[in-house]
Amino acid sequence: MKNNEKIIPMPLRYLINIVLFVVFLLVMNNLIVSGTIPKYYAGVISFIGVNIILAVSLNIATGYLGQLPLGHAGFMAIGAYTSALIMKAASGSATIFPFALIAGGLIAALFGLIIGIPALRLKGDYLAILTLGFGEIIRVILLNIDNVLGFTLTNGAAGLQKIPKTTNFLITFIMVGITCYVIHTMMKSRHGRAILSIRENEIASESCGINTTYYKTLGFVVSAFFAGIAGGLYAGNIGILSPSAFNFMKSIEILVMVVLGGMGSMFGSVLSATVLTALPEALRRFEDYRMVVYSLVLVIVMIFKPSGLMGTYDFSLNGLLDKLILKFRGNHTEKGAMPQEKKGEAAVRKKEGKLK
Amino acid sequence: MSLVISQLINGLQSGSIYALVALGYSMVYGIIMLLNFAHGDIIMVGAYVAWLAMVHLALSPILAIILAIIACTLLGVIIEKVAYTPLRSSPRLSLLITAIGISFLLENLAQLIFKADAKRVPPLITGPSINIAGQYVDFTAIITIVVSVISMILLTFLVRKTKMGKAMRAVSEDMVTAQLMGINLNSTISFTFAVGSALAGIGSILYCCTYPQASPTMGSMLGLKAFVAAVLGGIGSLPGAMIGGFCIGLAEAFVSAVGLSVWKDGVVFAILIIVLIFKPTGILGKVINEKV
Amino acid sequence: MKKFLSIALILVLIIGCFAACGDKNTTGDPDSEESKPPVDDTASDETIKVAIIGCHTGQNAQYGLGVLNGAQLYIDQINASGGINGKQIKVIAYDNKSDNQEAINAFNRAVDEGITALIGDVISANTIAVVGEAYPLNMPMITPSATAAAVTYDDETDTVYSNVFRTCFIDPFQGEKMANYANEKLGAKTAAIIYETGNDYAVGVKDAFIETCKKLGIEIVDEEGYATGDVDFMSQLTTINSKNPDVVFCPNYYQDNGLIITQARKAGIKATFIGSDGMNGVKGYASAADLEGTVYCSGYAPGVTEAVKAFDEAYAAKFKTEPNMFAATAYDAAMVLCNALQIAEEAGLKTGSDEYKQAVIDAIRDKSADLECITSSGYTFDERNNPVKNAFIMKLVGGDEVYVETY
Repeated sequence: MKNNEKIIPMPLRYLINIVLFVVFLLVMNNLIVSGTIPKYYAGVISFIGVNIILAVSLNIATGYLGQLPLGHAGFMAIGAYTSALIMKAASGSATIFPFALIAGGLIAALFGLIIGIPALRLKGDYLAILTLGFGEIIRVILLNIDNVLGFTLTNGAAGLQKIPKTTNFLITFIMVGITCYVIHTMMKSRHGRAILSIRENEIASESCGINTTYYKTLGFVVSAFFAGIAGGLYAGNIGILSPSAFNFMKSIEILVMVVLGGMGSMFGSVLSATVLTALPEALRRFEDYRMVVYSLVLVIVMIFKPSGLMGTYDFSLNGLLDKLILKFRGNHTEKGAMPQEKKGEAAVRKKEGKLK
Repeated sequence: MSLVISQLINGLQSGSIYALVALGYSMVYGIIMLLNFAHGDIIMVGAYVAWLAMVHLALSPILAIILAIIACTLLGVIIEKVAYTPLRSSPRLSLLITAIGISFLLENLAQLIFKADAKRVPPLITGPSINIAGQYVDFTAIITIVVSVISMILLTFLVRKTKMGKAMRAVSEDMVTAQLMGINLNSTISFTFAVGSALAGIGSILYCCTYPQASPTMGSMLGLKAFVAAVLGGIGSLPGAMIGGFCIGLAEAFVSAVGLSVWKDGVVFAILIIVLIFKPTGILGKVINEKV
Repeated sequence: MKKFLSIALILVLIIGCFAACGDKNTTGDPDSEESKPPVDDTASDETIKVAIIGCHTGQNAQYGLGVLNGAQLYIDQINASGGINGKQIKVIAYDNKSDNQEAINAFNRAVDEGITALIGDVISANTIAVVGEAYPLNMPMITPSATAAAVTYDDETDTVYSNVFRTCFIDPFQGEKMANYANEKLGAKTAAIIYETGNDYAVGVKDAFIETCKKLGIEIVDEEGYATGDVDFMSQLTTINSKNPDVVFCPNYYQDNGLIITQARKAGIKATFIGSDGMNGVKGYASAADLEGTVYCSGYAPGVTEAVKAFDEAYAAKFKTEPNMFAATAYDAAMVLCNALQIAEEAGLKTGSDEYKQAVIDAIRDKSADLECITSSGYTFDERNNPVKNAFIMKLVGGDEVYVETY
């Protein structure tokens, strides 16, 4: 995609995406509410949505920022517990839910900030191990905080129970859309390019006057925020939270989604989150082999294609349309080329794939 | 008073296992700058080999010990050849993810083959309790501490005084220049992995003496804590790894002794975070400047 | 080569995606045509569908497989003797991997396929997650192994989940039993506890034990916790030893208990160890000498009666292993459920209808007392749907777990 010539003008490009996404939402929602899609599949689809948000948010830190945080499940746990507690206090009122979600995201982001500032001073392996330690500490705190506080907050090992089940398909996928849109626009902005430059070469970008600490922390905090949102959706989807659900294994599962899809490709993250959530459901008989295959895939992909299957490639519907139009018109167009990256744009649109 | 001594010995005993594992981490990190996540899982494999040898092949404990150490050594070298060598020139991130992948692969393969419930490893080393200053100390505790101290001394000798040790130090200093000086890079790195994994093998034997169970996930937490020990002591430094290991063991024993045992893991990782923030080079580590 | 490989992998991914999507549509359509709540119509008149959901893979597989096999054994016996009212029972077994989300998915899937009742879930947390889905549907369910009190009763809203039953003890029951036993039979005046903090089962049993001890005047001299996955208990045990308790209570699973008891003897603890049903199987994890005298309560004692012997033999013949406690309680759960299904069928109700489900629930609650079950002589349930049954006290003698008495 070197000579990107944009034939479809900018507002129209967004319009096409938004319209398609809304159509997708309405059609799917209708199918689920009417019971055409059975409850089981509806549940799996919601779960896919949660995993998409998790993968896309981790992709900011891993793919765009080039760091390797191993405590993503910790941020998810914070978001999940925060919004679950709020929802329980509000006894399941649907109007509170969006606020509970955002509160979960904000608290997770706050922790992202607290952990990010010291962690991001460190390089690669140290950062990985530090975030891993952080994730474990979160889990230990969730387990034992009640003994310290003297009253029941997280309910220890038994976990928070009877959380109002407020998550449904529509909310989940609206959040998926918002997440992808925000991250996409952020990555296309000046800030996004600064973040990418850190991945490419931190020292060089620093010497170009980019405040690397600021941008690293920014990326980290945004990543934590959306992990918190995903946690809130997860809590509302499942109704019970126990600390053991947010262990190191969970962080790795999210990482596998990102790595497999391609570090730096939002489309890749969305695709692999979808497949890695749906496929085990379809192949329940081979459950014993699932984790073995996951880890093998991780190693093989790293050895043969370290950037992940999609690399940094991102699918863009408009890009495709552009190409098609160009093909029909031949080579007569003489438009002023506006070389611009199109990273991440496709993610929102990817879901139309299901409609076809 | 005797209570304090008992707790000290408890701490030293678990600390010396951490120390042995941390030595392996430190060596590998020192030479190829890789956090070898799979190191803890090599211990798990060693424990299963010892179990297989004693329960299914009915071998004597001595043979089982030797077999376990050989298996760990081989496994370490194979992992290095298959997974890490192809990635030597790749970004650090890829190498780290591969290491995590290998670690998970070993764990899940073990779970697939041996099932999730723990296997009981028969006693490998037995002996009478020893009376030290009016305090009975378990034989395995003494063995564990002594073996790990001897291992560290031998290892220091190996690195400081032998030709291979010189090659290892050269490679860790500057890989390219070391090659120009006629050092065989591949064999040196493989040797490092072999030594590190053999230490893990010894660690797995000592582990099984004290905690006679083999389970698929036994290596992961042990490995992580040993890594914390390596970082605390100063990664790349052999005496540092030893000191770090003992510190972590004692810290755990202390936390448990004052009745806060549920926060043990939290404290270990909190130590890690504090060390990384205030003294990232650890107790005995050197500052390494990143080259542009 | 690299390019080729990555293209191949991408293709696999995409095909997988479509396969998964396609799956959705194909299985989704047939149900959708006429049925609104899919349960009512899909259950055919020839078979009665019963789901068995539990963890069949992963960490807790042995519990889940015990439940699956035990329940399957009874259902096969019923089917072989002509089924219920001439209808065969069809088992729909799903694995939940000990994961709450998977448990809900598995349950929804089973409901979509038209089950009339559920045997499961296995782990307490999974079961609570499933109850959240099953209670609104009034789906009869019997769990053979979920021991948390919250499975059948919500203390926040004071609601009893009327559709949920179990054939195992609840956590508090075991804690009470063992405290009473320690007081009455072991003459204990002081007790220490070591328990796994990350395990709701251990915490539940421990809390009840402490409460009962307070009532009985047993002094708790020390309470030590440890984290999931810990193997080194020396520090905690050294502290316990310094307080010299009469009994040490270990409400944990057998593997941990094996390590604890081995290390405790090294630390010099001479006290008797007592445990809950998680202790079952400890004989393989510590030496006979260290274990000698350890007692625990169990929901199942092998070979105590003729019926149990027959079960043990049939199980061993079919699955080539010894049954565990979960298999035994699952066998009972299947028996209680099949009896209730029989009653509902005989009442002539339409299989799977709302009245049918209510009839099954009523029959489980009221008509299970005369069954010849293997872990209890019949089942009666208290006001919170928990079974009223005795515990078997097991003792370790010479490296074997032997039945002592019913307490």
